[in-house]
Amino acid sequence: MDIKTDSERARDDFLAAIEDAVALDALEQVRIAALGKKGRISELMRGLGKMSNEERQVAGPLLNGLKREIGEAIEARKTALEAAALEARLAEERLDVTAPVRPEMSGTVHPIAQVLDEVTEIFADMGFSVAEGPDIETDFHNFTALNIPPEHPARQMHDTFYLPEKEDGSQLVLRTHTSPVQIRTMMAKQPPHRIVIPGRTYRCDYDMTHTPMFHQIEGLVIDRETHMGHLKGCLIDFARAFFEVDDLLLRFRPSYFPFTEPSAEVDIGCSFKAGEFRIGHQGGPEDDWMEILGCGMVHPKVLENCGLDPAEYQGFAFGMGIDRIAMLKYGIRDLRGFFDSDLRWLRHYGFAALDAPTLGQGLSR
Amino acid sequence: MKLTISWLKEHLQTDASIDELAERMTMLGLEVEDVIDRAAELAPFTVAYVEEAEQHPNADRLRVCKVNTGTEVLDVVCGAPNARAGMKGVFAPIGAHIPGTGITLEKRAIRGVTGFGMLCSEREMGISDDHEGIIELPEDAPVGAAFAPLAGLDDPVIDIAITPDRGDCLGVLGIARDLAATGIGRLTTKPVEPVAGAFDSPIGVRLDFSPETADACPLFVGRYIRGVKNGPSPDWLQRRLRAIGLRPISALVDITNLVTIDRARPLHVFDADSLAGGIHARLARAGETLDALDDKTYELDSDMTVIADDDGPVALAGIIGGTPTGCTEETVNVFLEAAYFDPIRTATTGRKLQIDSDARYRFERGVDRAGIQPGAEVATRLILDLCGGEASNLDIAGAEPAWGEPLSFRPARVHALGGLDVTKDRSIEILDSLGFAPSDEGETVSTRVPSWRHDVDGEADLVEEVLRVVGFDAIPIVSMPRASAVGRPALDIGQRRVRTSRRVLAARGLHECVTWSFLSSENAKRFGGGSAPLTLANPISSELTDMRPSILPNLLDAAQRNAARGFTDFGLFEVGPTYADDSPEGQAMVAGGIRAGQSGPRHWLNAPRVIDAMDAKSDAVALIGGLGVPTDRLQVTTDAPGWYHPGRSGVLKLGPKNALARFGEIHPRILAEMDVEGPIVGFEVFLDQLPQPKAKPTKARPALKTSDLLPVARDFAFVVDADVTAESMLRAVRSVSGKGPLKLPFTAIDLFDIYTGEGVPEGKKSMALSVTIQPDEKTLTDEEIQQTADAIVAQVVKSTGGELRG
Repeated sequence: MDIKTDSERARDDFLAAIEDAVALDALEQVRIAALGKKGRISELMRGLGKMSNEERQVAGPLLNGLKREIGEAIEARKTALEAAALEARLAEERLDVTAPVRPEMSGTVHPIAQVLDEVTEIFADMGFSVAEGPDIETDFHNFTALNIPPEHPARQMHDTFYLPEKEDGSQLVLRTHTSPVQIRTMMAKQPPHRIVIPGRTYRCDYDMTHTPMFHQIEGLVIDRETHMGHLKGCLIDFARAFFEVDDLLLRFRPSYFPFTEPSAEVDIGCSFKAGEFRIGHQGGPEDDWMEILGCGMVHPKVLENCGLDPAEYQGFAFGMGIDRIAMLKYGIRDLRGFFDSDLRWLRHYGFAALDAPTLGQGLSR
Repeated sequence: MKLTISWLKEHLQTDASIDELAERMTMLGLEVEDVIDRAAELAPFTVAYVEEAEQHPNADRLRVCKVNTGTEVLDVVCGAPNARAGMKGVFAPIGAHIPGTGITLEKRAIRGVTGFGMLCSEREMGISDDHEGIIELPEDAPVGAAFAPLAGLDDPVIDIAITPDRGDCLGVLGIARDLAATGIGRLTTKPVEPVAGAFDSPIGVRLDFSPETADACPLFVGRYIRGVKNGPSPDWLQRRLRAIGLRPISALVDITNLVTIDRARPLHVFDADSLAGGIHARLARAGETLDALDDKTYELDSDMTVIADDDGPVALAGIIGGTPTGCTEETVNVFLEAAYFDPIRTATTGRKLQIDSDARYRFERGVDRAGIQPGAEVATRLILDLCGGEASNLDIAGAEPAWGEPLSFRPARVHALGGLDVTKDRSIEILDSLGFAPSDEGETVSTRVPSWRHDVDGEADLVEEVLRVVGFDAIPIVSMPRASAVGRPALDIGQRRVRTSRRVLAARGLHECVTWSFLSSENAKRFGGGSAPLTLANPISSELTDMRPSILPNLLDAAQRNAARGFTDFGLFEVGPTYADDSPEGQAMVAGGIRAGQSGPRHWLNAPRVIDAMDAKSDAVALIGGLGVPTDRLQVTTDAPGWYHPGRSGVLKLGPKNALARFGEIHPRILAEMDVEGPIVGFEVFLDQLPQPKAKPTKARPALKTSDLLPVARDFAFVVDADVTAESMLRAVRSVSGKGPLKLPFTAIDLFDIYTGEGVPEGKKSMALSVTIQPDEKTLTDEEIQQTADAIVAQVVKSTGGELRG
């Protein structure tokens, strides 16, 4: 037998075997039989060493060609078998992707916190910073310094919670408004002041529209030149940004608070078209006004009580209910729901954890 | 404060419409709450003539009337005893809304006879409670005419919320004066003409106070009117009082009510014959009582001002009169009293005795200091006109309280404070029309406070007067000047952490609640509170008596309520204050939360598990980490307070004294006491206790160091005594990190198994952990790795007394 015949026979045998291999392990057996150390082609290659130069010049390229051809055929077959195996596996692997995902508990942020964040964003943009103070207050900070002497009729406007009388006859109160923080701020630091004061406030009252605890945010600006025009501008700018109604109208009505002079109550335009409350005037007969806050120029006596000279310093203050503006903006009907921790309410009116309001991305969805 | 338009027009000449007047009042600070136009409501009701009234065929008490409405004759079924042929009554057609009953009239058969309308009683018209019979109109009432004007009900009523500083606007005159200042009309109040007395009052008045209490009643005016005839007051007066919601009583009483509303000047009339001796004002004596006109008997004390005769108190000054000396239909001789009573004493007395009266309402806000005598004269004139009789001279004790304090006003302040340009002349004009008697002195204007204003004592008040009369609407809007081109942070680190904490916890599946700052004393005591200084003196309910020592009890109550609604697996949290004492420092900001039930609903892939204390620990640690505080140095101690399960709770500390958080299962006994189904786990993170981040000169972070070399991990298992904690094990391993021959830090130490049972001796447990080392410059040799492993084992053995598991 000559080398050429051997080579051709081996080629035919292996190509047939490769063709016949239907699994990777069978193919591997073919590879070992052909190209392994003791494989037929390897054996033939080893025969080259015993050949004469003339013989080798013929047999060398022939056997190398055979080795390459079989090697390539095995690789090609292997790729095809792997692809087929993957196809077969994929045909087996089935997931009902319509089934529900693994449950994740998603929590909520309370509307009061959300609205407070919204309000803070707006006032931060107007250059206000946030100040806070204690819920348990002295009579001085809550009333006297705010120009509400003991017998003042305004004290009857505040249904105050009292703590027990102390030995010296004094009595601490649960603050009836966030205004005592005005006093604390003005007594602690020199003007200018531009602060908002959010917090819990307390009045001894519980019915459809009153809860014994509620939330207020107070604003205070003290410098040498801020006047009522700024007060109007500040609150109009705020209300339009907060309620997200660009042409929202505000009405400033003269009113009375012991700690401001002049004082005003502020209404926002609204409408009750078809019994449905909407913020902003719609231009129809259902247009109305709804009170949202009280404000005014800080009373000279309050400035004096804090050691400031009213001839030198002036400014404005305002206060509004966070709960109330939350109700108005988000259509929450019953104030009492805010404090009931009813999961149904929290899920319905709460906000997603990552929906932190910013001015850049918009306050609300 | 209610008034009618026609009443207002007795003081104000104006062509303005009701809407214009109401709008102007509101913009003056006299907030109109309601405009009640009864004429509109009563428009369907007309005068009708009853032509015939026959007995109803099927009902004894009913009559079938043929009623002429002016346009047609209709059958009307009527049950009123006074329905009869020839009378004129008030006819309501089908479709009319009956104000007194709230029913809209429909055509229907009554016992077989169809009625086409109704004849109305006073109650049905909402005029009075009278339902004895139908209204009988005068014979000359024109058939078909509207009923409302005929009955004087076409006078719209305006209801105003008067702020407590404006006692002067608790009278129609005061409101008219404010309106006139705006130019909407002209003040036309008639001047008061004194009534000449015909004799000296047989009843004298005097003031009986010590110098210290003389301000209780500085002026007291009395007048005797003899030979009056009391009885129902005339229609116009009754109608006027009814329109504003007052019940007519008798002419004498109605006159005092009229003057009270007209001029904010309360008065009192005594039946002179029932008085014993002279009248004086004094402080009450302890033990004295008064049988008051509201049919109640009040016990008086020595802080209360009374009017007394020789037998004792006859009236509570400025609040209410006494029944025995009150005027009746039989009264012939009247003693009229007008005085000034101190606002504070009046308020205190009224509050103490819980008497709300029109008089108290005005005296405690301050009445016109110069209006006492004029009030008495106006009332006298009315009494003489309506009841006849003869008036004595006024008997006067004391003197008018001081008023007229000078105030300097700089017109430029209107712009400086109000931001509105108002000319000096206009300011002066406004102050003049409001009674401030301004006098132009160049840079300043001198004024004096009118006798009726108790709310003005500074220049800012005068600025407000000018501004509110011109109108706040006129003030130009100025946006706040920006302090910096780009906004600055508004929150400090603590405030920012409070804000972030809510979102961290919500992202972990908990729902934020806001609960009361107070709770029941039982719950306060269960959670370490309930001290006397934090117990409210006047709680609103027995469930809300104590300032809360912890956030948890309110959340547990909420869990109980939600469980009762059928919820089983949930988490709640609150970020808010707790109170350790009554000082500002005693108030802490705490993030607290609870989890109840299972880790989630049943699911086809994952079986839920019962929540446990580790869930609460996770929440606490995640929150602390989420707020930027490194958590790898937290120590855990097992000394959580008594409302936690003693074996399944812990305290997270940074250093031995600084507790940052507590967590664990809530004590089963506490849950049982609170009627909450367990287990429930909870945590409390003390936000104020978290360390502040160190101030850094730059926001730049250290350069990232990476190595191309693969990290090496080695597993260890130790057998230790059962009471050796995971933390002591981890601390021992950590202490080797960065030390040893290689000085390489461990990039991870993971405790992956805690095991007791077969193969581990009684009283022992096995803990297995994996330590990862990151080579930095060269691949570690087996020998180097072994050296490090040996160092770890040696340290653990030394620290825990354990041994490497074979």
